[in-house]
Amino acid sequence: MKLFETELRVINIGLESFRQGLNDCGVKSVQAQFKPPLSAEAGLFAKAAKHSARIAKANGKALGRILAAKPALVGMGIALDVIPGMKRDLILHAGPPVTWERMCGPMRGGIMAALMYEGLAANPKEAEKLAASGRIKYEPCHEHNAVGPMAGIISASMPVFIVKNEEHGNFAYATQNEGLGKVLRYGAYGPEVIERLKWMEKTLYPTLKAAIESLGRIDLKTMVAQALHMGDEVHNRNRAGTSLLYRALAPAVIKTCKDPETAAKSLEFINGNDHFFLNLSMALSKASLDAGRGVKDSSVVVVMARNGTDFGVQLSGTGGRWFTGPAQVPDALYFPGYSKADANPDIGDSAITETNGLGGFAIAAAPAIVQFVGGKAADALNYTLAMYEITAGESNIYKIPALDFRGTPTGIDVIKVARSGILPFIDTGVAHKNAGVGQVGAGVLSAPPEPFTKAFEYFAKNLK
Amino acid sequence: MIKTVIKKGAYFDSVSLMQVAKKLNSVPGVLDSAVVMATKENKGIIKASGLLTPEILKAGDSDLAIAVSAKTPAAAEAAFKAADELLNRKPAQPSGGADRKAAGLDDAFKSLEGANLAVISVAGRFAGALAADCLEKGLNVMLFSDNIPVETEVALKKAAVKKGLLVMGPDCGTAIINGAPIAFANSVRRGNIGVVAAAGTGLQEVTTLISNEGAGISQAIGTGGRDVKLEVGALTFIQALRMLAADPGTEVILLVSKPPHPAILKKITAEIKKIEKPVVAVFLGGEIKEKLKENFYPAKTLEEAAYKAACLGRGWAIAKAREMIYDMNLKSLALAKKEALRKKKTSCLRGLFTGGTFVSEAQVILPEMLGAVLSNAPLDKKNKLKNSMQLSGHAVIDLGEDEFTVGRPHPMIDFSLRNKLIVSEAKRPEVSVLLLDLVLGYGANLNPLEDIMPSLVEAFIQNKELSIVASVTGTETDPQARFKVVKALEAAGVLVMPSNAGACRLAGEIIRMAAKR
Repeated sequence: MKLFETELRVINIGLESFRQGLNDCGVKSVQAQFKPPLSAEAGLFAKAAKHSARIAKANGKALGRILAAKPALVGMGIALDVIPGMKRDLILHAGPPVTWERMCGPMRGGIMAALMYEGLAANPKEAEKLAASGRIKYEPCHEHNAVGPMAGIISASMPVFIVKNEEHGNFAYATQNEGLGKVLRYGAYGPEVIERLKWMEKTLYPTLKAAIESLGRIDLKTMVAQALHMGDEVHNRNRAGTSLLYRALAPAVIKTCKDPETAAKSLEFINGNDHFFLNLSMALSKASLDAGRGVKDSSVVVVMARNGTDFGVQLSGTGGRWFTGPAQVPDALYFPGYSKADANPDIGDSAITETNGLGGFAIAAAPAIVQFVGGKAADALNYTLAMYEITAGESNIYKIPALDFRGTPTGIDVIKVARSGILPFIDTGVAHKNAGVGQVGAGVLSAPPEPFTKAFEYFAKNLK
Repeated sequence: MIKTVIKKGAYFDSVSLMQVAKKLNSVPGVLDSAVVMATKENKGIIKASGLLTPEILKAGDSDLAIAVSAKTPAAAEAAFKAADELLNRKPAQPSGGADRKAAGLDDAFKSLEGANLAVISVAGRFAGALAADCLEKGLNVMLFSDNIPVETEVALKKAAVKKGLLVMGPDCGTAIINGAPIAFANSVRRGNIGVVAAAGTGLQEVTTLISNEGAGISQAIGTGGRDVKLEVGALTFIQALRMLAADPGTEVILLVSKPPHPAILKKITAEIKKIEKPVVAVFLGGEIKEKLKENFYPAKTLEEAAYKAACLGRGWAIAKAREMIYDMNLKSLALAKKEALRKKKTSCLRGLFTGGTFVSEAQVILPEMLGAVLSNAPLDKKNKLKNSMQLSGHAVIDLGEDEFTVGRPHPMIDFSLRNKLIVSEAKRPEVSVLLLDLVLGYGANLNPLEDIMPSLVEAFIQNKELSIVASVTGTETDPQARFKVVKALEAAGVLVMPSNAGACRLAGEIIRMAAKR
């Protein structure tokens, strides 16, 4: 009855021309975009709606644990010694499980590099033969509390950062970032790649390990919170995060490293690689999200990861089950000489940052990289704003200045994704589709619909 | 050939530069390009693509290097010029997103404080769930979408009634709420007449006629045509009636519908009896004969209903409505006489309508003058056209029926089908009068003259005896401005009447007079 006595304000969903008449007589209106739901099974939406109170409670619990997590960098170690279930003949990779036969070029290249690095093969030919022989086992990083960018390769003797969630006691692991150019994580396996990895193991690792030990711990959570205020979204832009880490590490490195030359080289390596912090923002995200696993009836996404062939999703309430679909080629800006035809489908565990409310979900905090999303600061704001439509809540610590310090959208709810048809927005680097070439660009993409459709349908069908 | 330009001390972020390079590659004749800060790393990267020239090699970290591999020097120059423009470009408008599109309903609801109405025009299979979400948020709903199952309609309307919210539609094309035109609606004066209509074009006709007579509309609520059928039980119609009865801004109530199901009509009449305000009602083809209450005014046509409501609204005697129609008829009789002179004794009338309610109104008026009138949407089943595309005798067709609209926009927007029919019917030797409607307003075709005129001219060329009679539904403040449209049509030889009923009477009179001659 109140409608006639209050100012008319209209939400228009569908034909945009209907706003003309409203504009002409000064009625405030907003156009709401509409996308069809991902699943055609209306019954499943009804079922989810029927149990919505229970699901909301479960999601509140899962999100509460994710937000309460206190990830800190507490040390470093060799993968074989510290990663649970790590073995000499095991190679961990990004994304959901995938066989050698179905692996994309850059992942194969990364594995070949790792085999040569481990001394298990003398040259690329031998490495390829061994990789395909069945003697090497492949498992996702995510199934070993680890994460890796791009190919995400972790082999037994690689040094890894140890991130501890001090609130819940769980750990997460990630390698040291190699920098840009021809690097293993983009599938390059030339001699310079192996050489750099060796230097990182023999020189950089002991230097950083000693420095971290002397510091005791580095609080990553507040570091990321600060980085967001300094223009990072800690996925495609890590300049601020890397700088903050450098500031924390430098005095300790000087104090603990006996050889000034080594200290300088190690610090110079970090200084020269704006993405050095990425692997830590990923491990921080992993440590936080793992705390949100295993909550019955929770539809919160705890993993989004790609192996260059498939895109995989895991939910809090559905255990270790992967829901997968084909990975897509990102809409990217390419380095000179390369184009979309050279690009590999999306790859890497780095979408764990988006899963944790960072990366593409926090792109409004990173105006410096808005060229990836259309070139205007408002575009970045809109991408972040859209993500609030599909999340269970907002971060209590990661905040966006341009949104008046609103918390980043956090805890992707697969029911909301399936209902709204709005897919998670992911920042990403682009690898060349052939092994050995490396990075060819960077860009953004929306997650593919299939994994979310499957996850929603499985979740809803199994609601009791 | 490879050409290079170095800009000393110019800093751009790498992402902007990649964007520029992407655009340069689309300049004709450009094979490849690099736009980079000349750092050591970048030199390495462009070396791989063969674009590393000696000039770039010499440049330093703070220099911008542009290298272009092109077929001709001119192409390279064009690329450099494009690069300059792109690098110095200012954003077209300050960013901030004043008219940001919301990502979805939740976002829209949060971003528009005080939102109270959702207008939904997405595909029918999605619209029901969306409408339910809107009701959940406490929004009134206008469902423009059709193809929504009747069970869904009933469920939505029941939920809405419970919450004191309004669901207009499904298949509701028009409404005017608090003075604002929603979807297909006209810019009308505000006033004291509240309308409830289960017929979209009917709502547009009565609101424009009322407005053009100097009275005004408080609210006009569309219910969707199915609302007055047995399955739905006039849930919205009755709710809207109650809202208007309680609305202090509404002094006169006007009801428009095709005849409701008898059981439903009973519910509606019972409701009318409870209302103190004067009520005018037109149920096209099913006039209420019973005197429901002292100030109840039944009407046979949209026109009569609109004029009666306008008289009540302006405080005039109700009898003035008849005078208005009588005056109109006097003028049209003189016109008809003149037109009839040009015709054979026996000739046929063809009505080609875009508005469904007008087809009903034509069937209320014309049979009394001409005998049987066939239609694809007959009021009486025995007058059903066997084939909607093959007109015979006197016939009126609704081009907005599903049989014509599958896969194309509504004929009020897309004139192409009717244009074809105007010409093909004019060519038939038995046809001497074409009867048309032209609906203006928001949502309708914004350039009606441009689109319809060629076919009208062609029709007059093809048929020397032809009369074209039309009504133009609209107001002077509509985006198309009614007087402009009327003037142009008259200049082309079309006889334009103020109302559809008036046009029907003139068309019928021309045929009748020709036959008498």
